[in-house]
Amino acid sequence: MTKYIIRRLLWGIPVLFFVILVVFILVRIMPGGPFDFAGDKSLPPSVVKNLEAKYHLNDPIWKQFVDYLWGVLRGDLGPSFRYRNRTVNEIIAQGLPVSAQLGMLAMLIAIGIGIPLGIIAALRQNTIVDYLATFFAIVGVSIPAIVMGPLLIWIFALKLQWFPVSRWGAEPPYFLGFLPKPDLNFWRHAILPAFTLGTGLSASIARLTRASLLQVIREDYIRTARAKGLAERLVIFRHALKNSMIPVVTILGPMFAAVLTGTFVVEQIFAIPGLGKHFVTSIGNRDYPIILGTTLLYGVAIVIANLLVDIVYAWLDPRIRFD
Amino acid sequence: MSTVKTTTANNLQFAARKERSPWGDAWRALLKNRLAVASGIFIILLIFVAVFAKYIAPYPYDKGNLLDNYALPGPKYLLGADFLGRDILSRTIYGTQVSLAVGFVGAFVSLLVGMTYGLISGYSSTRVDNLMMRFVDFLYAMPILIFVILLQVYFKAVARTGAGGPFLHTLVAIDNKMGGMFFIFIAIGLLNWLGMARIMRGQVLSLKRKEFIEAARSIGASDLRIIFRHLFPNALGPCIVAETLAIPGYISTEAFLSFLGLGVNAPRPSWGIMISEGYVGLRSYPHLLLAPAVALTLTILAFNFLGDGLRDAFDPRLRGQ
Repeated sequence: MTKYIIRRLLWGIPVLFFVILVVFILVRIMPGGPFDFAGDKSLPPSVVKNLEAKYHLNDPIWKQFVDYLWGVLRGDLGPSFRYRNRTVNEIIAQGLPVSAQLGMLAMLIAIGIGIPLGIIAALRQNTIVDYLATFFAIVGVSIPAIVMGPLLIWIFALKLQWFPVSRWGAEPPYFLGFLPKPDLNFWRHAILPAFTLGTGLSASIARLTRASLLQVIREDYIRTARAKGLAERLVIFRHALKNSMIPVVTILGPMFAAVLTGTFVVEQIFAIPGLGKHFVTSIGNRDYPIILGTTLLYGVAIVIANLLVDIVYAWLDPRIRFD
Repeated sequence: MSTVKTTTANNLQFAARKERSPWGDAWRALLKNRLAVASGIFIILLIFVAVFAKYIAPYPYDKGNLLDNYALPGPKYLLGADFLGRDILSRTIYGTQVSLAVGFVGAFVSLLVGMTYGLISGYSSTRVDNLMMRFVDFLYAMPILIFVILLQVYFKAVARTGAGGPFLHTLVAIDNKMGGMFFIFIAIGLLNWLGMARIMRGQVLSLKRKEFIEAARSIGASDLRIIFRHLFPNALGPCIVAETLAIPGYISTEAFLSFLGLGVNAPRPSWGIMISEGYVGLRSYPHLLLAPAVALTLTILAFNFLGDGLRDAFDPRLRGQ
């Protein structure tokens, strides 16, 4: 098992290298540079030349790439071109905990609502409970975040005034670097954004759990367990559930990637100071180090998430061997 | 004498039996699903609205009367007017063009690339197949959406500044004629081809050991003929189901890219752009947001119901449960 983990992590390195390489080249062939301001904010050409020299933008591309890689290996992601008194490391250190909190909450909601819902729907198949749950699942999947967000804001924040409209309720320093202080202010701010991101995912999980459990219940070994006189609750929770979780865990990897990208939109809607805002604005600003830094971060997160998913996968089903 | 009689008897038997193909079975099962049928009709209506948008919409989508901005729904503007005084109903109608186009073009691109890759990979020798699948796994780990966004910004910048060589210029020209939609659609379609390739490959792997393939090969059918005439039609079912279920994803991705400002070029309306414009005035003018949000949700819902219906119709195990 350890060999498998190490091998997967090593396999992640060329993936990340490729990602950095492609993004590096793409941002540099984009027309427009980091210091092209238009109109009255435009800089005199001599200033632009000095800036470009300072950030080594006139070196041959391969040299810039090697310098960047060397910096990454030492843990230095470079300075920001737009926010010139901050480094990328600082920006990420500020924004990542917030995005991570939002993402984790969303996934908790997704799993916490999705799996029980799917189980109930499967156990009470073709009853009114099942139809309601399935309907909620399809509707939940169909309402995109850009509709769900404003909808939730309009109902719960503007009309009922139960929650604040925007912003985030936690500030640094965080426990362990990213856990917030779970006080009321945090929850008040966190609920609407987390639900916006989480409901769509919970609907997917619910559908999949239901379909999977329905199939597993019809298997012979479940019939055997019942024939042996095992209580129904034990039959479901000790035998059926573990096996029906396999397809669900399979989509958790891509789902994690979806959460990462979903935070772009949710952070924009709720004005949350996370990393998503930086990612999107940095592209428009041609702020190369931030673009590369955030892309690298997302790539690492996805590789690790996929690895975790595969490990859980193997734990759930011992028949899966790592060769 | 008896041979003549049996022949006639056989002919009568053959005449009495109606041919049933698996496609016919699936179609019949689909028709029984009322939600799927309703969704299908809704989608056909949407296609109609998109094609005839110029004649249905009461106002053009890009000309606004600034005196009427933020107008509430009323006799002049049936669903109200946006911050530039443009009629929301008309813009929503034109928005169907973008969403349906991204759905269908994206599906086409994804099917084309994915199915071809999966067919080749599944039919090839194990070593080639493994290599091709390793490549797919490799791509899976990458944050593709990031590349889509980057490509989007790149193409937008190229279009704006006119940089790049003649090939790029022709592409940009096509893109401009379609209102800036060409590149997004291809990029969005390319987001999903990995899944399609995997499904097609799985189908091919399970089909290529079957007797009818062996029979075809034994009478001398070439590999190409086997792939296109035998494997492809039989493997098509799950691919179509998966792709129909992916269309809501394309529409939603386009909407969210437009929401971030990375979608179609203004003033061409996309429901995503309308939502992002309307969101700013949510507290005072919620009607700005209402029409595109409802339209977007209903469209995605329709494709989801249709896709679910197709999946149930094609899979005999899930039917009648």
